[in-house]
Amino acid sequence: MSKYSIFSLVRNAISYHENWAAAWRSPEPKQEYDALIIGGGGHGLATAYYLAKEHGMTNIAVLEKGWIGGGNTGRNTTIVRSNYLWDESAHLYEKSMQLWEGLSQDLNYNVMFSQRGVYNLGHNLQDMRDIQRRVNANRLNGIDGHVVTPEQIKRAIPEINIDQGCRYPILGASFQPRGGVARHDAVAWGFARGADKYGVDIIQNCEVTAIRQENGAVTGVETTRGRIDAKKIGVVVAGHCSVLAEMAGFRMPIESHPLQALVSEPIKPIINTVIMSNAVHGYISQSDKGDLVIGAGIDSYNGYGQRGSFPTIEHTVAAICEMFPIFKRVRMNRQWGGIVDTAPDACPIIGNTPVKGLYFNCGWGTGGFKATPGSGWVFAHNVATGEPHELNRPFSLDRFVTGFLIDEHGAAGVAH
Amino acid sequence: MFLIECPWCGLRDETEFSCAGEAHIARPLETEKLSDEEWADYLFMRSNPKGAHREQWLHAAGCRRYFNAERDTVTYKISTTYKIGETPPSEGKK
Ligand SMILES: Cc1cc2nc3c(=O)[nH]c(=O)nc-3n(C[C@H](O)[C@H](O)[C@H](O)COP(=O)(O)OP(=O)(O)OC[C@H]3O[C@@H](n4cnc5c(N)ncnc54)[C@H](O)[C@@H]3O)c2cc1C
Ligand SMILES: [Zn+2]
Repeated sequence: MSKYSIFSLVRNAISYHENWAAAWRSPEPKQEYDALIIGGGGHGLATAYYLAKEHGMTNIAVLEKGWIGGGNTGRNTTIVRSNYLWDESAHLYEKSMQLWEGLSQDLNYNVMFSQRGVYNLGHNLQDMRDIQRRVNANRLNGIDGHVVTPEQIKRAIPEINIDQGCRYPILGASFQPRGGVARHDAVAWGFARGADKYGVDIIQNCEVTAIRQENGAVTGVETTRGRIDAKKIGVVVAGHCSVLAEMAGFRMPIESHPLQALVSEPIKPIINTVIMSNAVHGYISQSDKGDLVIGAGIDSYNGYGQRGSFPTIEHTVAAICEMFPIFKRVRMNRQWGGIVDTAPDACPIIGNTPVKGLYFNCGWGTGGFKATPGSGWVFAHNVATGEPHELNRPFSLDRFVTGFLIDEHGAAGVAH
Repeated sequence: MFLIECPWCGLRDETEFSCAGEAHIARPLETEKLSDEEWADYLFMRSNPKGAHREQWLHAAGCRRYFNAERDTVTYKISTTYKIGETPPSEGKK
């Protein structure tokens, strides 16, 4: 496969960009692989990439029921940050942040990672105490961040409303300068191309319908494209993890909820950072195309329909209009939903399961895009060696039995 | 927008309600004898099906009473609602 560079760009320009090679193959599934990854979202593709690159496992396949990146990976608001409260999550998300920082070079694919900074707003005294505590915890973990006043926020974002008389006044924020956004599709495509380069088969339109096992160990799967055998299987299907767990005969502490986002008509550059508010369930940034990218909260009911309710959108838009009165007359272009896999402690579940050779990576809920490279990194280790990586050991399914939950509702919550 | 039928108040707008999760999870008796696994199953594990789901709803901005509903988690269509303590109308079918 050809390397992307200024030279390949020039070469292809000469032939009117009509001869670019496909970024990955579309092979027929083989009868057997050394390992299968179920779910071709960013996390599954990243897992396959690092399995091949870091662990030398190249006889593997990614099975995706639709098209790669068509799940939450292609539906999220792309906020990346690592300022989580507890050591366990801070270490995991910070590993991911460090991988983001070199990802475009590593993949030879521009994932448009832009460290434009992320503000997490506080609207009451308790919010501010929590923010102070979280920033202190972050700094002790070597993660950048500081607390800013309403005036400092206003200086950076002149359009924001810091009037103290409104229902949810802005009292301050945490700011992580290394946070930002990345292009979600490019992340899926870059990992897919990278994995394909090592010989990984990426098989789309291939839905797993059953998980085969013998004597408590996995032996393969049934799919809409036939039976495929493997002794190691990594399941990375986000909102569908309970469905796959049921196929394997156990239960998950997960509920799948609709989570929505919307984008406006493109407007001139007006927001050059990311602003999030947990309290009023709204977050906003601006894409390179000029659309305002706005994320909402989850619907309270379980849903696999990839759409949520209108009142949820209304709630979010109301919050955005209070924060940014200037956006009141901006028209919204598109709105959609994803299926997020929420866990009781707002933390992912990564690791071994009751079935030998079967590994799950799920529970990222409303905030897993930022973790895509790090999640793939640790999960590849787990699948290759059969043992969790130090960074994902605390995130075992077992923690719901032992009681060692990692309560990240404050830093993860509804916002991302 | 949903219209939800409260068994006490009749059809009302979804914004009056909040969903309170999976229904028919009975608190185990003799909790002092439960193993950690049994506790985990009761507290955290959920069936989270893709399809028919029995769940609790609260008519928060109405009569403020809980009731159960059977709803499809893909189409979001509510097939039936019934009072707490009643057997689900579709019992035996599923
Ligand atoms: C509206 C919205 C906004 C969000 N905003 C942010 C944000 O700003 N920042 C952030 O960090 N996170 C955010 N998230 C969360 C983030 O998108 C997810 O946590 C993350 O993308 C999950 O990636 P994944 O690869 O695990 O899942 P997915 O991308 O959903 O991939 C799972 C794949 O598995 C496939 N699959 C399912 N069942 C089967 C089967 N039986 N056989 C084969 N394949 C199957 C699906 O088709 C899907 O492609 C947001 C999510 C949503 C919905
Ligand atoms: Zn009522």
